[in-house]
Amino acid sequence: MTDDIFQGYKGAGLEVLKKYNVRVWGQAEVLTSRGDFKGTVLPRSENDDDQHIVLKIATGYNIGIDIATITAMTETGYKKANYKIPEKEFPITPGLPKVKLLGTGGTIASRLDYRTGAVIPAFTPGELYGAVPELADICNLTTEKLFAVFSENMGPEQYTTLAVAIGKEIENGIDGIVIGHGTDTLHYTAAALTFMVQNPPVPIVLVGSQRSSDRPSSDAALNLMHATTAAGHGDIAEVMVCMFGPTSDEYGLLHRGTRVRKMHSSYRSTFRTIGDTPLAMITRQGLQHIKQDYNPRRKDRQVIIKPYFEEKVGMIYYYTNMQPDMIDSMVDNGYKGIIIIGTGLGHVNKPLYPAIERAVKKGVAIYMTVQTLWGYVHMFVYDTGRDLMAQGVVPAENMLPEAAYIKLGWALGQTSDLEKVKEIMMTPINDEITPREPYNGYLIYQGGVPEVEEFIKKFHK
Amino acid sequence: MSNKINPALNYEKTMRSAGYVPRKQATQKTYDAIGFMSGLEVHQQLLTKQKLFCRCPAGIFQKPEEYHAELIRHMRPTLSELGEYDGTALMEFKTRKNIVYHINSRTACTYEVDDTPPFPLNREALDIAIRIALLSKLNIVGEVHITRKQYLDGSIPTGFQRTAIIGVEGEIPLKNKKVRLIQLSLEEDSCREVSDIGHQRVYRTDRLGMPLIETVTYPDMKNPDEVMEACNYIRFLNRSTGLVRTGIGAGREDVNVSCRGGTRVEIKGVSRTKLIPELTHNECFRQWALLKIRDRLKDQVKQQKEWKIKPEPLKSIAGKLESQRFKELSNNGHKVMAVNLPGFGGVFSHFTQPGKCFANEIADRLKVIACLERPNMTCSEDLDPMLADNDWDQVRSLLNASPDDAQIIFWGPEDDIKTALETIEERCIMAFSGVPNETRKSLADGTTIFERVLPGADRMYPDTDSKPIPLEDSHIKKLGQDLPSDVIERYHQLKTWGVPEDSYHYLFTHNLYPVIEKIIAGLDQDPKKIGKLFGHFLKYIAGHYKRSPDFSYERIYDLYKYVVANKLDAEIVKIMLPVVYQYPKMDFDSVLVNLDFKRFSKDEIVSNIPFLKDKYKSIKTSKLPEAEKHWAMGQLRKMAVGNIPLKELMGII
Repeated sequence: MTDDIFQGYKGAGLEVLKKYNVRVWGQAEVLTSRGDFKGTVLPRSENDDDQHIVLKIATGYNIGIDIATITAMTETGYKKANYKIPEKEFPITPGLPKVKLLGTGGTIASRLDYRTGAVIPAFTPGELYGAVPELADICNLTTEKLFAVFSENMGPEQYTTLAVAIGKEIENGIDGIVIGHGTDTLHYTAAALTFMVQNPPVPIVLVGSQRSSDRPSSDAALNLMHATTAAGHGDIAEVMVCMFGPTSDEYGLLHRGTRVRKMHSSYRSTFRTIGDTPLAMITRQGLQHIKQDYNPRRKDRQVIIKPYFEEKVGMIYYYTNMQPDMIDSMVDNGYKGIIIIGTGLGHVNKPLYPAIERAVKKGVAIYMTVQTLWGYVHMFVYDTGRDLMAQGVVPAENMLPEAAYIKLGWALGQTSDLEKVKEIMMTPINDEITPREPYNGYLIYQGGVPEVEEFIKKFHK
Repeated sequence: MSNKINPALNYEKTMRSAGYVPRKQATQKTYDAIGFMSGLEVHQQLLTKQKLFCRCPAGIFQKPEEYHAELIRHMRPTLSELGEYDGTALMEFKTRKNIVYHINSRTACTYEVDDTPPFPLNREALDIAIRIALLSKLNIVGEVHITRKQYLDGSIPTGFQRTAIIGVEGEIPLKNKKVRLIQLSLEEDSCREVSDIGHQRVYRTDRLGMPLIETVTYPDMKNPDEVMEACNYIRFLNRSTGLVRTGIGAGREDVNVSCRGGTRVEIKGVSRTKLIPELTHNECFRQWALLKIRDRLKDQVKQQKEWKIKPEPLKSIAGKLESQRFKELSNNGHKVMAVNLPGFGGVFSHFTQPGKCFANEIADRLKVIACLERPNMTCSEDLDPMLADNDWDQVRSLLNASPDDAQIIFWGPEDDIKTALETIEERCIMAFSGVPNETRKSLADGTTIFERVLPGADRMYPDTDSKPIPLEDSHIKKLGQDLPSDVIERYHQLKTWGVPEDSYHYLFTHNLYPVIEKIIAGLDQDPKKIGKLFGHFLKYIAGHYKRSPDFSYERIYDLYKYVVANKLDAEIVKIMLPVVYQYPKMDFDSVLVNLDFKRFSKDEIVSNIPFLKDKYKSIKTSKLPEAEKHWAMGQLRKMAVGNIPLKELMGII
């Protein structure tokens, strides 16, 4: 614990602090060849160099001092600040729906400890109420932190834990479930939960945020309000993703868990329904349906939990001049299923054929999806496609690559009989494969340039 | 009896008791008596090709209607590092504003609207900021840390400004004293406001994200003129680098003012330096007057901790009122409220600023915090009464008012009434302790109106999206190598040269010193004449001719070089300059042809003198002995200019 008084400092920087006996949170006067500086020594971020010491000066700004310029340093005081979110008791209002917020980590239910750079959870109902008091007008909220991982570290273990936890909540009579999640892999989890939690009687809403809640223009508060509204009051009992529709603070969209994808690295309105239209628009006032066919909320508790997953499943993004060893290595490493993301209608080059043939012979399930994301795999159109099908590659219709990957893992987790796997894969659970694509889905985003420009000008982005 | 208070007389009386004098009559003694203290935050846009944190072009501006898209955001207060909400944050949240941004794709990308994290800091801007920090004798930091400074007014879509300290603890010399500098920071500029009506505020995003520096002084200025002098010095210093933007809005100041016993109040966005003396003078007296109000309330309101306003809807007595105004207001969908303010008699018509009284403090806050468009209220001591005396009697009996009380009637949409009542009570309670912490907006008449609650230091956070930038000694040394000389040295040099002082403002504003120095040193010209040509003659030209966008001051150096090389007399510059100013691309030979200039030797010119003298005898315009000389000179002037010095010719005549 002795190191704690020099929080984050290492190497040469640490030596300087030790030499002059100045601690982190100590008020220091520093004499340097560039003049004198005064301020409170702050912890240093672990990834920054060891050549500087960070001071918070009287005006509230932070500056760094180059240790090579320091000629003397004195600690004149010490004042450690404690960062804590004030907790207010979440009020229970009779008549409001009971909503459970399950935490997995990510931006939505955390805030940054500015001084250490660490993410600290802001997650208890009391903390959430302190930050977003409007939630108390929407529902009676309880929370449970299942894990605290970044989105990219979510995987089968977390999917199955979540599915089981959701099952329990439904059994206990909850009116709706919200899952706070990092956004990067939100659509993987949404697909996994669609397959693992079947026939749910209540809404299961996955929500994230693109801007952390410590920022005044964060989308976190509004997303939480939308998600709790959809979970508590909405009548769509499916696994959905709830995120900003436009980037404006206006309305959210509810996307079906199997047809949604993160489409922008940083935009607030990053989630889009692909190959279809979103389920509904959501505001604090309630839902406005876009799709008329959905599974409605029910009173019963007849949910089926299928928490299975085979980890030896992979995804391969085809690129020109791909060599067969890419597939060989997966087969040699014991992979049981491969999703290929092919070009155009679902193609790969000829040199891969022998490798694919070998894989299929070894009992590896291979499914084809498309890089275009929009549209179906059509392997009858060209010879290439027919050849591949002859070798045993199964076209996965208009399943999104990520959804296909999750589904194959889930299917292989239940059986190794490839015929059964195929049956599971090709029988849609909730629109991961749709029989038809609506004409307006794709057009909403592309084409008709002057019209779209007019639309962008007239309506809030 | 409060209805015995004559608002106009009370205003005059309280103005006198606050010791207010117009600025022209004020002396240092006046300011010492009320403890005038002022500091500055001088903002200056830097001349870079791109914005500070994205690759959008800098310095392109649009008209309000020139936008391609709009989007909407709301700002929520967030907790500070200390776990507390900032005062401004809560105020802005109360206003429940829809913030609408107008975006033009030429000048804004997804960064400006906070849909993309920042790109690495613009190094061109950083280097300019370091140079100016060096000129300001600041201690340069070892590592630049990008900080987020929260602004919840919506002027920045993220809700915070990315800003970084470049140097701390410097100084600038004024004529008679030194002013210490707290710091210089590099930051991104904010949006320009298009409108702010009711619950909707609209911004343009063209200026947003442009690199800006802010130089902050200690409150070392003890009278309004010193504040202006310090402001000018900092502006001139910035301009002396030639690396900053000029023009409307490129330089703006926030001025902090307090009086003894008062509070630091920030006057924001002063774009005309000339206004500074009047603004600071008035603000200092406004604070002094608020302290007088505080003292008065000590007598009039004994139980200050329990003090409360008493509101009542006016509806119940509306029928009895003579004034038709209220009928109109309720017909317009407004809710009209009457409020009793116990013990506030004589306060609402109390002087605060020239032409303004305490009632304005309330009306301004009702507009900003409760979003009630003006006119939004009247009071029992209105200088311009809206209601007959009889009506006020009705209001007083409705409110069960005592004779020492004051009353407000205000109106607005039903949804805003609660916030409005809180706002009125809050501001009145603040009057018990004197001067509220706030930022104020400057008006052209030298007075100010409430803008926002003054934010605290709590609103600073490290920017987790950017890495610290180390500043090596070698880099700083390199940037320090070719710095311009100090403005104060230039000032002294101009004085030594005998250049008249009334021209310095123009010379420094347009950063003309370097070209003057170049002409004097390189072309062996008379310093005083050159100084006057730039400070007086060029200013005249600029006011009377249209400047070509191709014209640069360097062209005047070229002109002198041409004059010297062609052995012309320097006086010809004055004839040529108007043409060069409008058509800088024209070669100088052509300029002369255009001006119908002809070469004459001294002998040729002088040979005309006897003839002219003869002729003068016949026309004799004046009896004065000098008249003949002047007449002859006039006749020869055009022939002589550029060919021989006029003084020499005069001597010969």
